[in-house]
Amino acid sequence: MSTRRALLFAVPLAAAAAAGGGFYIVLHRMQQGTFDPRGVPTVLLNKRVPGFRLPGLIDAGFASTDLFASGRPILVNFWATWCPPCIEEHPVLMAMQAEGIPIWGIAYKDKRSAAVDYLERNGNPYARNAIDAPGRVAIDWGLTGVPETFLVDGDGFVRWHMSGPLTLDMVHQQIRPLMRKYTA
Amino acid sequence: MTRRHLALASLALLLAGGSVAWAISDPAEALPDPRQEARAEAIGRQLRCLVCQNESIEDSGADLARDLRHIVRQRVAAGDSDAQVVDWVVARYGDFVRLRPPFEWQTVLLWGSPLLALAVGGLGVLVHRHYRPAPPAPLNEAEQARLRDLMET
Repeated sequence: MSTRRALLFAVPLAAAAAAGGGFYIVLHRMQQGTFDPRGVPTVLLNKRVPGFRLPGLIDAGFASTDLFASGRPILVNFWATWCPPCIEEHPVLMAMQAEGIPIWGIAYKDKRSAAVDYLERNGNPYARNAIDAPGRVAIDWGLTGVPETFLVDGDGFVRWHMSGPLTLDMVHQQIRPLMRKYTA
Repeated sequence: MTRRHLALASLALLLAGGSVAWAISDPAEALPDPRQEARAEAIGRQLRCLVCQNESIEDSGADLARDLRHIVRQRVAAGDSDAQVVDWVVARYGDFVRLRPPFEWQTVLLWGSPLLALAVGGLGVLVHRHYRPAPPAPLNEAEQARLRDLMET
């Protein structure tokens, strides 16, 4: 009888403790930005970026071949003027540009004039600009929404991915170390 | 028919008709060949809309879902098999895009959860039976006499 009472006490307590521990880990990682419950893991991770060629927004645009032979890590950022989280992310991109991290921008399902206006008004954090107005190339990248950012190494392999706005914490904890690692 | 019956009947009708009536909002999206269109709809219903995540691309109003519906129809019209179309989308979005996940090592727990629940429940029943206290011994003479006394007063 006493073992039964002990079990009745210990089993729910252990279950509650395990659940609490799990919630703590998940919430902590969500706060840090290393876990997004709605995020879809990209199948591109450690694979080469898909073949594409996109027209430029301001200058000549770029293609997958430019990423295959860039020789240095580059952040590829999908964005849009109609996307509030992209506007929220914009200062983080400007800060990365200021410290010399190359970012290539792809305006997703946007009007060229709106995108150009936006960059003129708020500052252009991108080293190169392209536009995917139909959003067809984005599907080849497995894009689920904007903003979405891919860290592509010097040979065109995707090494890191974030769906959702970047934060300064992510820059410090994840992007900077990875940029250093792949700048070898 | 009472008012309540009427309400239940209309609810049933709505639920039965809903999935058909709400698929594809714009008839201009549909393929001209009804057999191909039916195939495209069946494929689309297996694919998750990555924006809303709990709807299929056939049911979703999101832009990305519309683009994917369009691509599914293009590929069906071009003569791809159902599996080829699904594989094309899975190659870009991973297995998460399937509303019905494949059975593999990573999904064993997911598919096995009904069996697991059954096993845990069965174990509970067994443990409960094992620990059930024995029925109390029948009353002896003196106790029975006392019970009679109590009931008569």
